[in-house]
Amino acid sequence: MATCKTDTPATVDVRDRMNIVIVGSVDHGKSTLLGRLYADTGTLPEGKVEKIQAICTQQGKEFEYAFLFDAFLEEQQQGVTIDTARTFFQWAGRQYIIIDAPGHKEFLKNMVSGAARAEAALLLIDALEGVRDQSKRHGLLLSMLGVKQVTVVVNKMDLVDYRQETFALIEKEYRAFLSQLDVTPRFVIPASAKRGDNIATPSPHMPWHTGPTVLESLAEFMSESEKAEQPLRFPLQDVYKFDARRILTGRVTSGRLNVGDQLIFSPSNKSAVVQTLEAFNVEPPPTQAQAGQSVGITLDEQIFVERGEILSHEGSLPLVSTTFRANLFWLGRRPLDMETPYLVRLATHEVECRVAAIHRIVDADNLSLDRQQTNAVVKRNEVADVTIQAKAPLAFDLYTDFETTGRFVLVDDYDVSGGGIITEMVPDREETLRIEARQRDFAWVKGDVTLADRAKHYGHRAALVLLIGPDTTGKTFLAKKVESMLVAEGRHVYMLDPENLRRGLDADLQEGDARETIRRYGEVARLLIDTGVLLISTTNSFNPSTGLRAGLPADQVVEAIRTLVHPAPVLTVYMSQETAPPPIEADLSFTGPEDFTRTAHDVLAALKQKGILAETIGNQPVFQFSI
Amino acid sequence: MRHLRQLEDQSVYIFREAYKHFDNLGMLWSMGKDSTVLLWLARKAFFGHVPFPLLHVDTSYKIPAMIEYRDRLAREWRLNLVVGQNKKALAEGMNHEKGRVECCTALKTNGLKLLLEEKGYTGIILGVRADEESTRAKERYFSPRDKNNDWDFRDQPPELWDQFKTSFPPNTHIRIHPLLDWTEINIWEYIKLENIPFLDLYLNRGDGTRYRSLGCAPCTFPIKSTASTVDEIIEELRATNVAERSGRAQDEGRGMELLRKDGYM
Repeated sequence: MATCKTDTPATVDVRDRMNIVIVGSVDHGKSTLLGRLYADTGTLPEGKVEKIQAICTQQGKEFEYAFLFDAFLEEQQQGVTIDTARTFFQWAGRQYIIIDAPGHKEFLKNMVSGAARAEAALLLIDALEGVRDQSKRHGLLLSMLGVKQVTVVVNKMDLVDYRQETFALIEKEYRAFLSQLDVTPRFVIPASAKRGDNIATPSPHMPWHTGPTVLESLAEFMSESEKAEQPLRFPLQDVYKFDARRILTGRVTSGRLNVGDQLIFSPSNKSAVVQTLEAFNVEPPPTQAQAGQSVGITLDEQIFVERGEILSHEGSLPLVSTTFRANLFWLGRRPLDMETPYLVRLATHEVECRVAAIHRIVDADNLSLDRQQTNAVVKRNEVADVTIQAKAPLAFDLYTDFETTGRFVLVDDYDVSGGGIITEMVPDREETLRIEARQRDFAWVKGDVTLADRAKHYGHRAALVLLIGPDTTGKTFLAKKVESMLVAEGRHVYMLDPENLRRGLDADLQEGDARETIRRYGEVARLLIDTGVLLISTTNSFNPSTGLRAGLPADQVVEAIRTLVHPAPVLTVYMSQETAPPPIEADLSFTGPEDFTRTAHDVLAALKQKGILAETIGNQPVFQFSI
Repeated sequence: MRHLRQLEDQSVYIFREAYKHFDNLGMLWSMGKDSTVLLWLARKAFFGHVPFPLLHVDTSYKIPAMIEYRDRLAREWRLNLVVGQNKKALAEGMNHEKGRVECCTALKTNGLKLLLEEKGYTGIILGVRADEESTRAKERYFSPRDKNNDWDFRDQPPELWDQFKTSFPPNTHIRIHPLLDWTEINIWEYIKLENIPFLDLYLNRGDGTRYRSLGCAPCTFPIKSTASTVDEIIEELRATNVAERSGRAQDEGRGMELLRKDGYM
C-alpha cells in the first residue's frame, strides 16, 4: 500500500476548519476516494487497513478502501453507503471534516443532510459512465443547499486508459451544465481513487493534467468570512431569565452587532438598544459579535419579543410577508400537496403554512425547460418552484441576498421533509398596511414608560378583543358586559365601537370606502393600545350586511386590523345564531348565548389563558408569561 | 483557536435549540473528558447555569476517583445530579466476565433505559463524537430513538442546515449530540483554552501510563504514555495513529454497531 506520510502537513497547528462533502452517483467511487485520501496521507488509525483486509480475506472478497468508512454491516454487504459519515483529517494547518454522502437515489435525503453541512464539495463522475442524471441532480442540489465551491473529480480514469479525450468530453459537458446554475467549478481533476492517481500524488499516467491533485485542491477552498461584511441578521433563538439578567440569545447569521447599536425586531417592528453582550468565562466581556457566533445580549428596555423575530439595523431590514416564492426540494415520505398544512421553519421562526401554488417541477436533466405539470403534487426527491403562504407574517430575505435567512424547511407531521430557497417576496393583501405600520412604528416617539411598565401597573397586557359575526347576535351586549366586569376588577379597559368614528374622524369619507374606514379604525386602536389599554370592540360597522356602507368579509377585516395593531395580541370572538361552524377562524365562538355572564367569564378565562390578563393586579401582578 | 470557537458556537446553538424544544431534558455525564466539555458548553450556553439534570448511569465498576470528582463538581457548580443504576442486574451478579457486550447491555444500555423510563425524559444530551468510532460518524445532531430505544440507522431523518428534528411521536425520545463535530484533539485543545478541570487519570502520573478513554475499571486499560500535561497529550495525539478507543474492550468486532442499535450511547 502506498503511503506518503510526511510529518509536517498533518501536525502543524490548526488555523481553521472546513466541512467538505463528497457527492456523486452511486458506484462512482466516493468512499474509495475517501479511503485512498486517508490512507495516502497517513491519517488512518494504525492497523485499520490490515483489519479490514483480514475481514475481506475471510469473507473471500476483494479489499476496497470504501470498507473503511461504510460502517454498517448492511453497507459492507451491499457495497453501498447508506448514510452520510463524518470523517476527520488534518492537513496543512486546516482541520477537515469530510462528509461522505451516499450516491444512491434512495438515500437522497441522507446526501442532502450531508451536503447541507458543507462549505465546499468534491463532485465525482465516473469516467466510464460519464455524466449521469444523478450527477446533474447532485449539482442542482448543491447549488440549492448553498454549496458554491465545487471541484469536480473525474474518477476511474484507469478504466478508460487515462485518455485525455474522454476526460475533456466529460469536463465540457459538466461545465456547461454547472454554468446554468451559475456554478464555476474550482478545478476539474482526472483521477483514479482505486489506483491512487492524482489523489495525494500526481499521476505518472496523466502527464497532460497540469492542475492540482485532489489533496492539493482542498487547500484552494476558501473559508467563509465574507458573511461578517454583510448587513446584520440575528434571528432570536430564546429569552432567558436564569438570574437578574434578561438575556436574548441567538446566532448572528450575517454582519456584526455592537454594544450601543439600535436594533429593529422584525416582524414586530419593535426596537431597542444593545446594552451588554453576555458570555460565560470571558473576561473582559465582549463588545462586538459577528456572523457565526452564538451570543447573548441584554437590552436597554424590557420589551416583549419572541423567538423567531429577526434583529437587524434599521438601514437594512429583512422583508416581511405571509407569502413568498421558492425553489423547494422535497424529501418527505408522502408527496407535498396543496391541501395539507405544514410548518415552515425559517431561521428560528416556526409558523403553519400551506403551499398556495406549485408552478413547475424543475427537471435536473434540462434546467431550462419547464416540464408540463398537470398533477398538483411534488413527489419525493423532486425539485419544484412553489409559492408558500404562512398563517402569520414572517421576516425573511431573498436567498441571493442572505443565505441563512433566505432559506427554510417544511415540517410534515414530525419530520423535516423538504427545504427551499426564497426567490421572491409575494406581496399579500396586507402589504400596504404592513408598510404603513412599519414606518409609523419606527417614527413613533416613545415616552419613558414602556408597555411592560404599563402591563405591570394595570395587571394585563395591552390587547384587542374583537367580537365578530352577523348583526344582532348580542356582540355589543357582550362587549359591554366584559368591559364592566374587567373594570370592576380594577383593570384598564375600554369599549370602542367603530360607529363612534363615523361622524367625527370618518366624516369626510364616502360610504363605500371600506378599506379606509378600517385603516382609520386600526390606527385609532393602535393608539389606544399604546396607552396600555385592553380594548374591546365589535365589528358590526364593517359587516357587508349593514345597510349604510359597503363592508368587507370578516376575515379580511380581522387581518387588516391585526396588521395595524401588530404585534399586540388580538383575541377573536365569533357570535352567531347558527350552530354551523364559524366561516372564519376564531379563538372563541358562541352560538346564540342565553347566559351572557357565563359567556363573559369564558372570554376572561381565554384572556388569562393567552397570558393577556395577569392572575392578580396591583403592585405584584403574576403573569403567565415572562415579561 | 478560531476553529475551537466555531465548534463552540455550533454546540451552544444545539444546546439552546434542545432547551427550547424539550420540556423534559437530561444530559448524560460520565465524568470523562468529553461529557465534561459538554457540561462546560452547557454552562456557556446558559450563562453559568445548567437548567436540566445531569444523569450518571453508575455501573458500580467505575474507577473510584471518577465518583469523587463527580460529587465535587456537582457541589461546586450546583448541578442537579441524578444517578441511575440497574440494581436488579447487579444483584443477579452481572459483571464483565459474563461477556463484555452482555455486561455493557445490562449495566449501561439497560441502566440508561431504566432511568429514562423512570423519569420520562424526551430529550437526552450526550457527548458522543463522530471521530470515536464508525457508527457514531453516521449520527445526526438530533437523533430519534423509538419506544424500545432502538436506533433506526437505515432511515434517519434529514437534517438541513440548523433545522433539527425537535418533534416526535409519544413514547419515543431524541438523542442530542452537541459534540458530534469535535475530535479528540479538539476536546483537549478546548480543555486547555478554557482551563476546564479534568480527572488526572488522563495524565501520566509517573508510571509511564495514562488513560486515554475512561470507563469501567475492568474494561478500560491505560496506554503507555509520558504525557503529563494537556500540551503533551495534544502533541502525543497529533503524532499517533492508534484509535482512541483501542483501550475499550466492548468495541471489538461488531460490538459497537450491535450495542448502539439497541440504545447504547
